[in-house]
Amino acid sequence: MQEPIEIYLDNSATTKPCPESVAAANEMMLRFWGNPSSTHAKGNEAAMKIKEARRAIASAVSASPEEIFFTSGGTEANNIAVFGAAAKNRRIGKRIVTSAIEHSSVLDSVSELEKQGFEVIRVPVDSHGSLSPEAVEKAINADTILVTMMLVNNEVGSILPVEAAIRAARRNAPKAILHCDCVQAFGKLPISVKKLGADMITLSAHKIHAIKGVGALYKRKGLTLPSLTHGGHQEESFRPGTEAAPLIAAFGAATAIACEREGLNARYERIRQLRDYAVDRLRQLEGIVINSPENALPYIVNFSTCRVKAETMLNYLSERGIYVSGGSACAKGEPSHVIKALRLPRDAADSAIRVSFCGSSTAEEVDALIHAVSDGLGRLAHFN
Amino acid sequence: MNEIILIKNGELALKGLNRRSFEETLAKNIQAAAAPCGGVKVWRSQSTMFVTPLDGTDIEEAVDAITKVFGIAALSRAAEVPKDMGEICPSVCQYLRDDLNDAKTFKVNAKRADKKFPLKSPEICAAVGEYILREFPHLTVDVHEPDLIVTVEIRDTSAYIHRQPIKGAGGLPVGTGGRACVMISGGIDSPVASWMMAKRGLQLSAVNFASPPYTSLRAEEKVKDLLTKVAEWSGEIRLHIVPFTEIQEAIRDYCPEDMLTVIMRRYMIKIAQIIARQDGALALISGESVGQVASQTLRALECTDAAADMPILRPVIGMDKEEIVTIARRIDTFDISIQPFEDCCTVFTPKHPKTRPVLEKIIQAEKALERDEINVSAMIEKAVRDTRLTVITPER
Repeated sequence: MQEPIEIYLDNSATTKPCPESVAAANEMMLRFWGNPSSTHAKGNEAAMKIKEARRAIASAVSASPEEIFFTSGGTEANNIAVFGAAAKNRRIGKRIVTSAIEHSSVLDSVSELEKQGFEVIRVPVDSHGSLSPEAVEKAINADTILVTMMLVNNEVGSILPVEAAIRAARRNAPKAILHCDCVQAFGKLPISVKKLGADMITLSAHKIHAIKGVGALYKRKGLTLPSLTHGGHQEESFRPGTEAAPLIAAFGAATAIACEREGLNARYERIRQLRDYAVDRLRQLEGIVINSPENALPYIVNFSTCRVKAETMLNYLSERGIYVSGGSACAKGEPSHVIKALRLPRDAADSAIRVSFCGSSTAEEVDALIHAVSDGLGRLAHFN
Repeated sequence: MNEIILIKNGELALKGLNRRSFEETLAKNIQAAAAPCGGVKVWRSQSTMFVTPLDGTDIEEAVDAITKVFGIAALSRAAEVPKDMGEICPSVCQYLRDDLNDAKTFKVNAKRADKKFPLKSPEICAAVGEYILREFPHLTVDVHEPDLIVTVEIRDTSAYIHRQPIKGAGGLPVGTGGRACVMISGGIDSPVASWMMAKRGLQLSAVNFASPPYTSLRAEEKVKDLLTKVAEWSGEIRLHIVPFTEIQEAIRDYCPEDMLTVIMRRYMIKIAQIIARQDGALALISGESVGQVASQTLRALECTDAAADMPILRPVIGMDKEEIVTIARRIDTFDISIQPFEDCCTVFTPKHPKTRPVLEKIIQAEKALERDEINVSAMIEKAVRDTRLTVITPER
């Protein structure tokens, strides 16, 4: 009954660590295990490895190494960016502009700031998770001190008008700090901090085949922010604490592979075709609705069966070794805030499934998924 | 100075001829509860139970564990000293130094079980009281509402010194009332119901109905986590997980929608009963409370009861949700219960369930499942056969 296959189509939740990143972490643990702050040779060799990783990540986003600060992951980087920017600019104004579909590490942070007296504008999205650039521009007034917006949404894959937001901010609110959560875009879209124009961007390691527990914040040179934690001098005292050297080395190794430009582009093209194939096949199933916008990042396809509860379908697929996600891996039980923001009809919201690809995803895997979803629709209880 | 724990067993004292076996069970339960923190020796003398920590046992942890053993009204940590006033008075001041320092008022209680002891109780109180007043001049005696009650017990072999006792878990020792089997889904009520019946001395088994893919492995983990909390009080629980999808789907396919919930519950009871009997249980336990949901009206309970031929114990039947939640918080199950995983009770919930089902009509509707081509009896047999057993032990 149980087939011996494992089809992992939940790469926006996390990815399988690649051999290169595992080897890099291993090497740090077995060989270069010194404290990077120690000035002796044992410490120095670890510091060199961290430097190498920092350089790889900086180069991947066209930044300088000293603009990259390692954190414990995307959530911490987002917190540092949002709270740091608010603390720095709190005397200049009180408006914070963001979207309704940010990651909870941004939304919960700005809600906390709202309680402290900031005014938070959460620009709404349409039923596919897209934001109109005009709405964003209108939201950014002279009182705006922070604009924080993700480049790619993690649940529907919509690409947000970050560049338009940044242009509007430069025009309307020159002192506003601009932050972009690039966790889902990193390694999938070419990112250049110069072109994007953001003051800060957030990156995470485990979404690009590195290891959980590490991420990075790019912070533009010249932008000084109060730090949220206090301790040693690591990461220029901005984010102190002994560096997670094995995780950082793995992050560097995975970044070099994921962001190599030709590979990135070729992979993008292949996944775009795979996405088109998947959407075609899904549309052949009766009643299926695609929630992702047409111009979404092709790595993410969100659809609703409108008939079977997402949790049930998820369990059913899981029994067959096919792993996808309902809404978002972080929110169980009821539709996530992103799905709610789409204002879908109840049946569509309760049955939303996210499929997310990685470079090694194949058409055979899509076939197996479609086959299983179709089976499930036939056998499982429908909404009554 | 040795430190021991004195146990006062509440209702136990009333149990006449059974008393001896009750006390033996209680002693066994105390030993089991304290085993993870190093182990204790339990002995009885003059109608009191004494718990002596073995070498290396942390007495604080042992006391903590023993406050969760049913059948104990109160317990006291006590110092064991020679029966000699010259030893007792300084020992009181030494053993209770922090308490005496913190208190403003105190009184001394003396219990003289050894009638050969030269001083009578009031004389012991006076002597100890005077000594304390000399050593702690800031204290005054208050016999009505003292901050600290110093108790000196003179027994056959030694004297014991302690402060006010700690409240025990009450109830009866688990194992003195036989075994019952709780039907647990993952909600707030059934863990509380299990705890309440364990408190009345019952050993627990549990039945959970799993309906994959409508219910997930996390829902199963949740039930295990809940029972692990209950097991801190009840000791080991044998959990039987029954695969229920096939039966639930058959009910959905062949029975009227507004009767689904009642019919499902009747089949759950039929299966639970078979498993309970195999496991040596004499009753089922359920977390139902009158009027809480459609399946818990008197009419619905009449229908579910009719499916049973063993007693169904419903200890929370007359309790308000708030009262149930208070206990759930006390036994630490509340936060686990509110995790949002689909459980067997919410699958296929009809939009408008019957709140006043009529038994004859339900039985009539079930006939559809008894036809040869469906053969629900065979499905039940299969579900019982494929039931998995997990033994839940307290975490420590």
